[in-house]
Amino acid sequence: MPEILFFSLVAGVAIISSILVVAMRNPINCALSLIMTFFCMATLYVMLDAPFMAATQVIVYAGAIMVLIVFVIMLLNMRTETSKNYVHGVLVSSIVAVLTLFVISGFLSKSPLTGATGDMTPELVTKVGHVELIGKAMFSQFLLPFEITSILLLVAIVGSVILAKRKL
Amino acid sequence: MLSLHHYLILSGILFSIGAMGVLIRRNAIVIFMCVELMLNAVNLTFIAFSRYLGNIDGQIFVFFVMTVAAAEAAVGLALMIAFYKNRESIDVEDINLMKL
Repeated sequence: MPEILFFSLVAGVAIISSILVVAMRNPINCALSLIMTFFCMATLYVMLDAPFMAATQVIVYAGAIMVLIVFVIMLLNMRTETSKNYVHGVLVSSIVAVLTLFVISGFLSKSPLTGATGDMTPELVTKVGHVELIGKAMFSQFLLPFEITSILLLVAIVGSVILAKRKL
Repeated sequence: MLSLHHYLILSGILFSIGAMGVLIRRNAIVIFMCVELMLNAVNLTFIAFSRYLGNIDGQIFVFFVMTVAAAEAAVGLALMIAFYKNRESIDVEDINLMKL
């Protein structure tokens, strides 16, 4: 029972801060609420017996990506959005959001939510260690995607330098 | 008892809020942040399924999603800076260079 209380607390904070991301006028406030959402996600990952993913979430998302975004926001010196949002835009997007939720809850109520189960149990995670389990899977079964990822990062580096540079 | 359903519903709510943000906002960087929010909602789904089905593949997939998000952040922000240099604004309404 305390587990479900804690989950509701974290989920409530995550939902409120993600609503603030959409609702805030100043981009810096949006970025700060998004960081709050990321921290709530990391808490949920810890509750799901994935401590290494939580660490990665905080370091990569809340650390690297958000610092980059905040840096660009400050670099561009944007003003707060003054013009009002379109009424029909808000209406259409609310309808889309409600429909998405409706479809998701429909799937959830129909599906038994089972599938091919593996051998990773919470006991195994505490005994062997999460990092070791991830590492074993990453560097044996998923070695090729891992290497392809490095090519993706290289392309992203080259692309962003070429885009942002005024004259090559 | 906390079940898979709780996590999936939370993830669905976060995804819908992110989708709503992409449609409402007109600042390109805020739209970008809403896309990150949607990616995070999907990551939560992956990790929840991975935990409740006892399969670690989902968590490996989250790594690749994070890598793609990082690459996307670098390239997307470079695009926005390049656009800001031309137009002095990153409002998506001003992105109409290819309009006839």
